[in-house]
Amino acid sequence: MGKFVLKRLLALIPTILIIVFVVYFILDLTPSSPGQLILGQMATEEAVEAKNIELGYDKPFLVRYVKYIIQLFQGDLGTSWVTGKGVLESVFARFPVTVTLSAGATVIGIVIGVLLGILAAVKQYSIFDAAGTTLAMILASFPAFWIGMMLVILFAQELGWLPSYGADSIAHYILPWFTTACAFIASQLRMTRTSLLESIRMDYVRTARAKGQKESVVIYRHALRNALMPVVTMAGMNFGTLLGGTVTVETVFTLNGVGTLILTSIRSKDVPVVIGAIVILAICYTLVMLVVDILYGFIDPQVKARYIKN
Amino acid sequence: MSKDKEIVKAEQSKVKKKSRAQETWRRFKKNKLAVFGMILFFIILLVTILADVIVSYDVSVTQVASERLQGPSASHWFGTDNYGRDLFARIVHGARNSLLVGFGSVIIGVTIGGLLGAVCGYLGGRFDAIVMRILDSIMCIPSAMLALAIVAALGTSLWNVLMAMTISSVPRYCRIIRSSVLGVTGQTYIEAAHSCGTPDFQIILKHVLPNAIGPIIVESTMAVGSAIISAAGISFVGMGIQPPAPEWGAMLNEAKTYMTMYPYMVLFPGLAIGFTALSMNLMGDGLRDALDPKLKN
Repeated sequence: MGKFVLKRLLALIPTILIIVFVVYFILDLTPSSPGQLILGQMATEEAVEAKNIELGYDKPFLVRYVKYIIQLFQGDLGTSWVTGKGVLESVFARFPVTVTLSAGATVIGIVIGVLLGILAAVKQYSIFDAAGTTLAMILASFPAFWIGMMLVILFAQELGWLPSYGADSIAHYILPWFTTACAFIASQLRMTRTSLLESIRMDYVRTARAKGQKESVVIYRHALRNALMPVVTMAGMNFGTLLGGTVTVETVFTLNGVGTLILTSIRSKDVPVVIGAIVILAICYTLVMLVVDILYGFIDPQVKARYIKN
Repeated sequence: MSKDKEIVKAEQSKVKKKSRAQETWRRFKKNKLAVFGMILFFIILLVTILADVIVSYDVSVTQVASERLQGPSASHWFGTDNYGRDLFARIVHGARNSLLVGFGSVIIGVTIGGLLGAVCGYLGGRFDAIVMRILDSIMCIPSAMLALAIVAALGTSLWNVLMAMTISSVPRYCRIIRSSVLGVTGQTYIEAAHSCGTPDFQIILKHVLPNAIGPIIVESTMAVGSAIISAAGISFVGMGIQPPAPEWGAMLNEAKTYMTMYPYMVLFPGLAIGFTALSMNLMGDGLRDALDPKLKN
């Protein structure tokens, strides 16, 4: 087990090298003058030039890349060209909002998605099944940011129940949570339904029924437990994807999360912040997936057995 | 003698191919939701093609100061925006951009990703391991962020959005196609082709890809829907196609300021995006069931 975790963590190193290369390369496609950004419009040309040379911007791409990587592995993500603050500090200042948003949405997505999925599978071909699958189809097809705007119009404007922007209290998060959760309710519902329908047809479920056990016990103790395996993986993946995918919802609700930080930094060509934030998000994604894999080992005895054997 | 054999063989394969497509179509037809999706899609396609006949492009970009922010009425079916532009005309002409980005990015992405995936899946070994390693790493970058960074680097235009969407989706397509190719490469007919001395690229193009194409078609159909949504998202945060050119996501961006007072400005562009994506998703679902009826519980 420990060996497995260590291996996965070591695999992060080449991943980071590649991610930084790709992002650095893309942002380098358009010439940028960090000196101008740092010193402002009023600075003299000589001063800007001197600053660029100081930052190594007279050197070729690969040299700067290697220099950045060396700094990165020393834990130094650099400072923002625009605000002058440390990148790590700026990203972590925005992190709580994005994590709260993603975590809340994942929980809502799992609870509603799995419950509706169970209902749809247990009562297959019934009205619940039709309603559930139709709902999933619609939620998956309409853009989350649009659903968010419609929710604001309905619940904040017309009914006046909830605030439409800001991040001061739990109430402020309710609309963003449900908005972000929409797509995941859809995917969790479909996943749970398919997976539960599959396991209901398994031999061990037939055996349980033949023993004369109650239908509820058959479904929840025998079928569902096995059906939830892929659902767990998907929930983890959802959370991981969400961390870097909330930019449109953050824009709708004017939440200051990592998404909007990257967006404004891309606009102002603040290269260190963009790369730093994306690298941090990518590391988080990998760590979340690692946790999911470890969890998987605990839930699934077959996988656990394999760990112990090795 | 051998020529005769070849003709017979060619005809046999023709008959078989036709029947497979027909069989798929027969099953697809029976699925009401899928047919609904297809009809919806044809209506959207028709509107896109006949956009200039339905309403002139000029109407969609002309600002009429006296008709600002009017609700839906007989003269402006979907109302007007804050510049007095007719929203119906903007939605009709915006369809072209959305469909172009949606289909364009998927077709190019699937072609590039598909070839790479097929080569990886077929060759296996070290080449496969290295390429997959790189693609997996790129997939750790949130795709929305990657697309935004590419658009920022290249500049905001229709083609650059298309390019950004394509590049950020290639790794995913490559993975999907590689796994469906892996399912085929183990088959005995591939081994047979190999032992006949058929060159690798020919085996990939003639034997591997046609047999792995089912899941690829299904995935691509669904991917068009999500590509349309992602492209709208890019425009929504202000990085995509720029106004005054009509684009659904950009229209929502403009509508954001006015949404509490004039909800119809938000409603119609969103419905346009949603129904287009819905039509693709319904067709994709129907195709999956039709191509592989076993999957349909």
